[in-house]
Amino acid sequence: MRINPRFVDKLVKIGLNAQAFFTVAILVAIVAIIFFKGSPYLNMEFIFSSPVDMGRHGGIFSTIVGTIFLVLLSIFVATPLGVGTAIFLTEYTKESWFTKTIRFGVESLAGIPSILYGLFGFIFFVIKLGMGWSLMAGVLTITIMILPTIIRTSEEAIKAVPRNLRIVSYSLSATKWETVTKVVLPSAGPGILTGIMLSVGRAVGETAAVIFTMGSSLRLPTSLMDSGRTMAVHFYILAREGISMQKAYATALVLVLSILLINIIAYYIMNKVTSKYS
Amino acid sequence: MIKKAFTKEHFVKYVLIAFALSSLLFLFLIFIFILAEGLPLFQKVGLKNIIFGFKWAPTKGSFGIFPMVVSSFLVTFGALIIGAPLGLSCAIYLSEYSGKRLKLFLKPALELLAGIPSVVYGFLGVIYIVPLVRNYFGGAGFSLLATSVILGVMILPTVISISFDSLMSVPKTYREGSFAMGATKWQTIYKVIIPSARSGILASFILGMGRAIGETMAVIMVAGNALRIPTSILDPLRTLTSNIALELAYATGDHRLSLFSTGVVLLVIIMTLNYIANFAIKRRVLK
Repeated sequence: MRINPRFVDKLVKIGLNAQAFFTVAILVAIVAIIFFKGSPYLNMEFIFSSPVDMGRHGGIFSTIVGTIFLVLLSIFVATPLGVGTAIFLTEYTKESWFTKTIRFGVESLAGIPSILYGLFGFIFFVIKLGMGWSLMAGVLTITIMILPTIIRTSEEAIKAVPRNLRIVSYSLSATKWETVTKVVLPSAGPGILTGIMLSVGRAVGETAAVIFTMGSSLRLPTSLMDSGRTMAVHFYILAREGISMQKAYATALVLVLSILLINIIAYYIMNKVTSKYS
Repeated sequence: MIKKAFTKEHFVKYVLIAFALSSLLFLFLIFIFILAEGLPLFQKVGLKNIIFGFKWAPTKGSFGIFPMVVSSFLVTFGALIIGAPLGLSCAIYLSEYSGKRLKLFLKPALELLAGIPSVVYGFLGVIYIVPLVRNYFGGAGFSLLATSVILGVMILPTVISISFDSLMSVPKTYREGSFAMGATKWQTIYKVIIPSARSGILASFILGMGRAIGETMAVIMVAGNALRIPTSILDPLRTLTSNIALELAYATGDHRLSLFSTGVVLLVIIMTLNYIANFAIKRRVLK
């Protein structure tokens, strides 16, 4: 018996609709569960008081500060490195074996899983360079980890800047560097910012690479050589060691909300850029 | 004046070259340090006794990681069985069926799935998936099945976004040609669009595998971490990544070195997968 192709067509359409709906439903369910389970325990006191008794009581203030320190410092180091690399690849050379090698390096870095960054940061920064479990070791490890994202998004953003703008700038006898800093970077700025925001999101949620480099001390880090704990690490320890489910849900809520917010801002900026050029 | 501008331009160029080289330097350092710590044990104990050894008792001189290698591949294929069809269907829906406005909303929404940290997936896995497996299928719940489900969801964004891009890059004329011959939409997708986009779709599966095999924290939370080869999908298991993360904090001496040996094996697997994926993507571009 031959099945009517139009009937199959309708069936497939329903099936695909259902699967797309199912996938979105998973996302909604994840966010909804975290929100409803976490919100009863989330209040100002939880955010602004430090953990007491391993996190069984009190809030998560020191872990919020730890996260902010780690992320801001990593971005501070990775942004010039990454944007500089992107400028070099797009504005200062033609495609050659040299740029291909660098691109290969960036691609390879992007594919390395975070536990291997943790392993590397642990042996290199923590042990060999003698930094111990410290904010510094965490920052350097996370810097390397987010570098590929910043390079790739910056490259895309710089490539999207219309060629005419550069030509006009050169015709006004601007040097290459003047053209880059005064013409190219301002136009590519929002695109680069998107990459930075996505990297922030990744760094905030990272656990494996952070726990073995920055450690998990609950004290507020006051210097680069202090160990500290990020929200993601705190959440992992709360959940895995079964310290407190209520605190775990509340921490997860703060964690997920901040990451969603960061990513939504990133997409918002990206959308503005794409609509500007298309 | 002219000379000054000239030297500044040169200075800038050298600084930028140094920045660009930093990525290569970091990659080099990562390789050197993981290999330098991980390889000596292969020499001392023998490649065969590590990769094909069954017994993991690192404080007593047994460094066999074969069960973990097998487990890593099992959870990866499990993730693929769940994530690949679902992800590809979503990508097809997005590129071929959804309207423009829905597309603008759905694609970023699905990519937000990628932003949710892996510990959150692991936690929800422990709270919801593990009891579900325990109650309906038996066993402890911490199992290959639970891990595959969690990893399957986690690779969705990778699979969807790369398959979607490759489906969108199929020229519109292919679709029009097929419709003009009286094919239905599904016949067009199945016989024309998917075959033209197949290397990109393949790449999305391989990159998804790379993500699954490298995932650590979520796996530790739901896999049960038992030290043997699972014989059913309800058995607990320990992957290469979990092995490193579970023991690194307190390991010393040869025990610590053995975790780096585990890292070397993981690095080789990941690099091979990435190389294959890049090759598949490049071939598409060339075509």
